[in-house]
Amino acid sequence: MTAVAEGAPVREAGGGLSDTLWRRPRLLLLLLLAPPLLWLGIIYLGSLFALLAQSFFSIDEFSGVIDRTPTLKTYGELLRPANLDIIWRTLAMSAAVTVASVGVAFPIAYYAARYARGRWKALFYLGVMLPLWSSYLVKVYAWKLILAKEGILGWAFEGVGLGWLLDAFLSVPGIGGNSLSVSPTGTFIVFVYVWLPYMILPIQAALERVPGSLVEASGDLGASPAQTFRHVLWPLALPGVVAGSIFTFSLTLGDYIIPQIVGTSARFIGLAVYQYQGTAGNVPLAAAFAVVPIVVMGIYLWIAKRMGAFDAL
Amino acid sequence: MTAAVSFRGVSRHFGPVRAVDGVDLDIAEGEFFAMLGPSGSGKTTCLRLIAGFERPTAGDIRLFGQSVAGLPPYKRAVNTVFQDYALFPHLNVLDNVAYGLMIAGVGKAERHRRAEEALGLMALPGYGARKPSELSGGQRQRVALARALVNRPRVLLLDEPLGALDLKLREQMQDELKTLQRRVGITFVFVTHDQGEALSMADRVAVFSDGRIQQVGNPDEVYRRPRTRFVADFVGSSNVLPPEVTRGLGGPAAWASLRPESVVLTPVKDVVPVGVVTSARYLGSATRLVVRMEGGGAHGVPPGTEIAVLVGAERALPEVGGRVGLAWNPEALHVLEAA
Repeated sequence: MTAVAEGAPVREAGGGLSDTLWRRPRLLLLLLLAPPLLWLGIIYLGSLFALLAQSFFSIDEFSGVIDRTPTLKTYGELLRPANLDIIWRTLAMSAAVTVASVGVAFPIAYYAARYARGRWKALFYLGVMLPLWSSYLVKVYAWKLILAKEGILGWAFEGVGLGWLLDAFLSVPGIGGNSLSVSPTGTFIVFVYVWLPYMILPIQAALERVPGSLVEASGDLGASPAQTFRHVLWPLALPGVVAGSIFTFSLTLGDYIIPQIVGTSARFIGLAVYQYQGTAGNVPLAAAFAVVPIVVMGIYLWIAKRMGAFDAL
Repeated sequence: MTAAVSFRGVSRHFGPVRAVDGVDLDIAEGEFFAMLGPSGSGKTTCLRLIAGFERPTAGDIRLFGQSVAGLPPYKRAVNTVFQDYALFPHLNVLDNVAYGLMIAGVGKAERHRRAEEALGLMALPGYGARKPSELSGGQRQRVALARALVNRPRVLLLDEPLGALDLKLREQMQDELKTLQRRVGITFVFVTHDQGEALSMADRVAVFSDGRIQQVGNPDEVYRRPRTRFVADFVGSSNVLPPEVTRGLGGPAAWASLRPESVVLTPVKDVVPVGVVTSARYLGSATRLVVRMEGGGAHGVPPGTEIAVLVGAERALPEVGGRVGLAWNPEALHVLEAA
């Protein structure tokens, strides 16, 4: 007998957990999925359902007692001019923040996906992620200082002799104010800054999967860089853009801190939810307000799907 | 006649790497031209220089006599078939083929008609509605060809287009490409590392090594009269004999090439070089033997010289370890022009 053929055909007889799981793959799948399914199914969806249910309750305006008979009265309250104002303001801000984020994020993501290699790529990830490591509140307050009347931005505008431009901009009704830090523009700038990483990373991931040869092929077939962007890069990056916009849009829809610190004191949906369920004790109206972003996101995703945003997935 | 493509002293350096190093080249109009070489020899970079994806570090490239320096890819009347086909995954086959026409502003009905026609030419009629991901490798390659040809380029560049196909399909596509080129009459520039592919399809072959052209000629010239050691070895794995061996075999003191298929086995006699078979590699239609020469006898071959011999399948094979005599026609010993 040769040395090669020596030894038992089986290394070790007997059971063990791994062997059992190998023989019964369904059991393994169950073990892997049970904790997340419990979390998602009971804790997350359960509380969401509880919230939805609350929105169909109503509040007795005199006693402040919650009436648990199902009604659409609370939703009717959403349609009051003051509440509609809040909804439109929030939607407009979310849309503006999303569009601006795409505009700022795309070139950065494109550079990272197509050109950055090795050390530069690591630097890119660090640069994008670093702001996420520090407290959100610290960043927002830092921006308040940057945007304040005597802040660095105003100082810089004065320094290069463009102070008049900033003043002219701030005098525009609807977007201006006494200083950037108390204007809707200030709120907008801070929102864009804070949510930007959530837009950059999905776009970068989408562009990363676009082979360079597709861009070359487009040019080879006669397309100018602008045409290549429109017909090749943009459609292929769209799933990433939509994924990113889900983040920026929904995070802006629900945020209640930034509008309190930077900007006018005009209310946004998140702030309304916060105030109604807290100080005002009107949980049904807070719940109804909270349903608005869910519905809006549902419609948004439906439109995105209809427009073929996920076809390239 | 002006050449379809001409290179004059063209170099492309990437830092210290000389991917293309002083290449002069003329490709005639209507020619099927192959650029052959191992990976990293500069052949693909040359193709990308013609397409405009790379810009030369030095030298001048002309298309039909007109310099293309500073001309971006989208302004050149050439089209490329990419190695990975580079079909647009979000467009169906018809829109992929019609892409160039759409960019050129051809109306929808007209461009779809022409795209359909091009798909017909590639034996893919009715495939227009499918997505590229639903096609096989061979079909994708035809779509890539249709997408390039529908624009009626003056020069078609093909970057190892058959590399991803299996052997059977590859042979079939070689025939089809050759037929297609004759029919459309467009200049084809074809990059490959497969010498069989280059020799069987091309009108002329340029053999690349280390960024330089080693030899340009028709397939027969390149195969039978290699100019350098590299060409002799790369094209057809010839026996490359150093000067002392050539002289021992009765030639001049220069490097020479001896094709394995030109050598025949003979009975062991004093008048022929004799050696021991050290290995045998079965290739199907033939077997490649390596014979280590013993030296002595009437020939002055230094002992230890290894000579490869190709023995046809119908011939009797000696055993590994057995002694054999070798013989060849004196004309088969081709003295190389350059080392």
